[in-house]
Amino acid sequence: MHSRRFTRQQRVPIVMAVLCIVITIVVMQLWLLTATMDAYLRRDASILVPAALASLVCLALNVGLLLHLRRLDA
Amino acid sequence: MSRNTDEGATHTPDGRPWSEQPQWRRDFPIDLETDEYVSRRDFTSFMVLISSAFACGQLWIVGQNAWRERRGKPPLKEIARLSELPVGASTTFHYPTENETCVLVRLEERKLVAFDQACTHLSCPVIPRVSEKRFECPCHNGSFDLETGHPTAGPPRRPLARIRIDLAGDKVLANGYA
Repeated sequence: MHSRRFTRQQRVPIVMAVLCIVITIVVMQLWLLTATMDAYLRRDASILVPAALASLVCLALNVGLLLHLRRLDA
Repeated sequence: MSRNTDEGATHTPDGRPWSEQPQWRRDFPIDLETDEYVSRRDFTSFMVLISSAFACGQLWIVGQNAWRERRGKPPLKEIARLSELPVGASTTFHYPTENETCVLVRLEERKLVAFDQACTHLSCPVIPRVSEKRFECPCHNGSFDLETGHPTAGPPRRPLARIRIDLAGDKVLANGYA
């Protein structure tokens, strides 16, 4: 794929869309973190590992989107 | 002002295409639209950094939990004697370490409950109000059920950490968390 097929004007909405998705995922991660901390303080260990895995998946999605954005600039 | 049709930006000072310009010139453009693009892209990078911090936080919690489990069950410890604690009375003790204060309440002849004294809101020490069947947190008017430790009023949302109590004759023993 040749990224230069997009002009800068076309890339502005792309970066905005990616930014919206990333922010949504980060908010989900924040919710996960607070819920997990609450469970940890309640000494409930059942959700700790699944929540950590879910957060890692969210991070992988975010990194993937960022790399996609970087490829647009390459 | 003439524009570079490929980038939608002003012409570069040396006339070379935008793609051949140094990184610093691409990161600090004078064109408003380009500047918006770069700032949003950099903000996205920052949000990904925040995302990685949250993921690290999750892993830290898992590590803390593993460390807590590796320490094993707190030891059996004598915390009071029945003969010294009348029905309706309460006392404090330290368990499992000397830095953690807990409260023991004798509800009935053979029924005792013990909880970590730290309020689950902001760790103020809770005070047993036996006649009102509750623990009171004076800092923010929090209230917990005396028998179960569940929050009944105020800002706390989590129950008090309950300590398992064993009786051995006259001895009252703390035996880990319930």
